[in-house]
Amino acid sequence: MSTYREMEESITMAPVERLESDDQEQELLTLNMGPHHPATHGVLRLLVTLDGEVVRDLKPIIGYVHTGIEKTAEDKSYWKAIPVVERMDYLAYYFNAYAFCGATETLLGVDVPPRAQYLRVIHMELNRIMSHLVWLGTSALDLGAMSMFWYCFRERETILDLFEQSSGQRMHTRYFQVGGVIEDIPHGFEEKLRQFTALMPKRVGQYRDLLHRNEIVLQRLRGVCPLSEEKLLELGITGPLLRAAGNPWDLRKAMPYCSYGDFDFKIPVGTQGDNYDRYAVRMAEMEQSVRIIDQAMDGLPEGPFITTDRKVALPPRHELATSMEALIHHFKLVTEGFRVPPGEVYFPIESPRGELGCFVRSDGSSKPARVHMRDPSFVNLQATAPMTEGSYIADLIATLAMLDPVLGGIDR
Amino acid sequence: MPDATGLELLAQDLREADAESVLDTLHFRDRGTLIVHPPAIRATLLRLRAKGYRALMSVHGVDYYPEEPRLGVHYELLDMSALDRLTVKLRVHTDAPVVESVTPDWPTADHQEREVYDMFGVVFEGHHDLRRILMPEDYEGHPQRRDFPVGGEPILFTFNEAQGTAYTQ
Repeated sequence: MSTYREMEESITMAPVERLESDDQEQELLTLNMGPHHPATHGVLRLLVTLDGEVVRDLKPIIGYVHTGIEKTAEDKSYWKAIPVVERMDYLAYYFNAYAFCGATETLLGVDVPPRAQYLRVIHMELNRIMSHLVWLGTSALDLGAMSMFWYCFRERETILDLFEQSSGQRMHTRYFQVGGVIEDIPHGFEEKLRQFTALMPKRVGQYRDLLHRNEIVLQRLRGVCPLSEEKLLELGITGPLLRAAGNPWDLRKAMPYCSYGDFDFKIPVGTQGDNYDRYAVRMAEMEQSVRIIDQAMDGLPEGPFITTDRKVALPPRHELATSMEALIHHFKLVTEGFRVPPGEVYFPIESPRGELGCFVRSDGSSKPARVHMRDPSFVNLQATAPMTEGSYIADLIATLAMLDPVLGGIDR
Repeated sequence: MPDATGLELLAQDLREADAESVLDTLHFRDRGTLIVHPPAIRATLLRLRAKGYRALMSVHGVDYYPEEPRLGVHYELLDMSALDRLTVKLRVHTDAPVVESVTPDWPTADHQEREVYDMFGVVFEGHHDLRRILMPEDYEGHPQRRDFPVGGEPILFTFNEAQGTAYTQ
């Protein structure tokens, strides 16, 4: 046994019974997949016990990109913690930021102006489409469809351009602030957004033409690795995976936050809970997100884009020249940050992968005493073993793709 | 979220089953919290499950340093049909941080209890596979505790390796 294996002695390699067969000699093979494998969607390591080509047992080993973000956030004032938590699930940065800001706003008891809520909805739904596009591109790649990847990244590029226009950054934008958003959308944003929302449903239609009745896709996904709704609920699985099994649980509808109650949209659900349903649910979700964006843009209320509570939000730039109090508060907010009353809050939202909950504990100072993200990928990863046991190793790759784990969120 | 009265009624029901189980109730920002006697956690969560809180959405740890008992474990329960959430909290001392595992009832707690064990050193009795999950297996200490310093991680630079010197702070 190598020293490296000794360090991981507690990981039992093959706790499965060998299957007895009459004539042929069979042997179980334990295969290490990852952490550097293009099909593991990040630095995920899987110890797979194989019986021929059939998966008998699977153990995910994680922690390779653990960077201690939760610990780091404890050392930063609330507004400085936003860029840190955004980097957890790196495909859903608006959601991370919103979960954290939402928890902080609840602790503070600050009301977010309607315009800010609508702007948040627009950006979160754009982010959802973007995240699903990355999922679709990379998953298709895992199934051997190269060109899908380029098509998906073409549309993703448009979304990133929109993010750049509104916040100056393409990824990890720090656009959401406690109390609202950092700046109003600029001129030209709406026009570009409308172009995108007009185009995107057509693009989804084109993806459908390529994939929906594609013989290879059907054979690789239909009926592969299903898991019942009951089992999913037991494992705490949320998001598209649960909806694919027929449970229409979506926090945007069930417990509306951020004025999601104002919009008319549908929750796509599957019937079988197999890989094909998981794929189809996410495809339909992209269309629904476009609908929400259009409605939010149509009904975008006038008014401030961040709370007028000067104890929390920075005063407008022009006030600094004329108002002593504004100058003092600006200085205090930037140097020390705002203080948050003591308390503990768990703030759950619907991220592209399921329930993303942010727990924040405040001890009354200007730094959070504890920040914890209940990341959906971290919990959903537990479904890999029950989903793939007894299936082929090629289907394991497809299932992992349909699970859509983001390792930045798992390891944090 | 149960309102303040509903929360008290819920606590009363739980106390009738086990007088020791609920230590306190807390209603903060429209969210209900039950503070539970640590040995009674598994039974209390099962009783709450029978009341409709069938989903356990999150298990996470908190370090209340310098308050005692220092370590906290929080359970976020969800009732999907009544659209209701409830937080159950418990606190244990660092010298005997042992809590009964809820994984036999809620398989979803598996990874999350391992994370709490890894980050805070709370031992979950009855967990089938309790070992570190995010930190390396041979890691010493529990990094999310408040007295664990940021930047306390020794780093081995290639330079030190070539020099033959050990880890540097």
